[in-house]
Amino acid sequence: MLLDAEGVTGGYGEADILHGVDCRVGAGEVVVVIGPNGAGKSTLMKALAGLVHVRRGSIRLAGEEIANAPAEGMIARGLAFVPQERNVFASLTVAENLAMGAYARPAAAREGSARVAAMFPELLERPRALAGSLSGGQRQMLALGRALMLSPRLLLLDEPTAGLSPKFCGLIFRKVREIAAAGIAVLMVEQNARPALAIADRGLVLAMGRNRAEDAGPALLANPEIGRLFLGGA
Amino acid sequence: MLELVNFYIIPGLVLGAVYALAAAGVSLVYGVMRFANFAHGDLMSWGAYAALAGVAAFGISPWAALPLAVAATVPLAWGVDRAFFAPLRRAQPAVLLISSFGVALMIRALIYLAWGPTPATYGLGFSPPILWEGVRLQRRHAVILAGALLAALLLHLLLARTRAGRAMRAMADDPDLARITGVGVGGVIRLTWAVSAALAATAGVFLAVDTELTPLLGFNVLLAAFAAAILGGIGRPWGAALGGLILGLAEELSSYPVLPGGAPLLDPSYKTAVAFGVLILVLLVRPQGLFRGMG
Repeated sequence: MLLDAEGVTGGYGEADILHGVDCRVGAGEVVVVIGPNGAGKSTLMKALAGLVHVRRGSIRLAGEEIANAPAEGMIARGLAFVPQERNVFASLTVAENLAMGAYARPAAAREGSARVAAMFPELLERPRALAGSLSGGQRQMLALGRALMLSPRLLLLDEPTAGLSPKFCGLIFRKVREIAAAGIAVLMVEQNARPALAIADRGLVLAMGRNRAEDAGPALLANPEIGRLFLGGA
Repeated sequence: MLELVNFYIIPGLVLGAVYALAAAGVSLVYGVMRFANFAHGDLMSWGAYAALAGVAAFGISPWAALPLAVAATVPLAWGVDRAFFAPLRRAQPAVLLISSFGVALMIRALIYLAWGPTPATYGLGFSPPILWEGVRLQRRHAVILAGALLAALLLHLLLARTRAGRAMRAMADDPDLARITGVGVGGVIRLTWAVSAALAATAGVFLAVDTELTPLLGFNVLLAAFAAAILGGIGRPWGAALGGLILGLAEELSSYPVLPGGAPLLDPSYKTAVAFGVLILVLLVRPQGLFRGMG
């Protein structure tokens, strides 16, 4: 397993939000985390990225323990994170945002931008535009591009399609498959559960900070109880 | 017309240049660390007195002592941060603000202790002004204006063109996102203090060259520096520098005799209030500051 998180317990301040969550991602795999609001999905992402304190449990990335390691060191270990909100530097230009993606290894910046430009050609049409002036969809692409600059081993995406038009949602999901095809594993939280599970290798259901179910994407979609509880009926 | 330039515009630009340097330093710390550092004025005074020590010890000019002033002020800022601000990094901004007041008093006390309350000068002596088509520019004013321009240019290059400067702007934009991209918070904070303290020391020396050294030298312009920083949109060093220039010019021009009979718009003793008049006006009309975007 590339990522092997076991019994992750933690949260902000005194109150735990995660109560012993397990989460595994294999190399090149796409795993989608779904669950109702307040299930701890975003908190799990932040705990993996080193932004939320882990009180108990272990998080291993390629066998190396990273629980509570400094967030600023994660990118060098091959773990990139795209938060749900505020995921670009609004007052920096598009080109500067991408350069920040290669901050940890400036020597790789040139190669990284070439790769990101090939994946998101429209991103570099206006390299000097301020990221804050981009549309929601463009911002999300920039955030993805920034996270991919150093070719991470694992990409964490927190609701990458939140607030996007259906057209952009489809595009983001296609890009996620492309990213995985390039050998980068993706762990993604999604409210847009059906289309996300449709492109996922596996799905993970969280509720109240605990694992509720885990299965192949299509199997979760076909599971009537999961459908009733977490996928909005049908 | 010449009188306007010689007695109002040039002094206004010189005062504005000092405000600009001070405000850029205040704004930088606010942008990266999100707190209003009221000790900035006393860092200015400290830098000015450190230059005085250099002038006295080596018989050099205050300009040549400027690197000494910077070299003495940067470690003080680092030490103060480590001792007082770092433990409060996650505290409310008001707590940091009050603690910076305390730090300001400590630095001032050190200055009183070392140099006493009597005003001093660098003893720069007289040199004939530069004359051009009736415009009189004192040599020290020329150096201050050129120095401030150079400092602003260096600050711009640092923030816009270097990896470290980009990291500072990234941190000012979003600290968590900056950490995710691998920016070490400690390093950025140390660099920010170094640049801010260097700007403070430079502003302090320039102000002392133009006026005289007193332990309250920097504190007396601190509020104007904050006004300039707010004018430019706090957290944006370039806006702060422009805000400083505007305030300096506004203060000097406010006493220009425009009224019939040669009476000034405002009595010169009201000069310092002008900065705050402008500030209140801007806060009412454009609370986000006059300029947009940090850079």
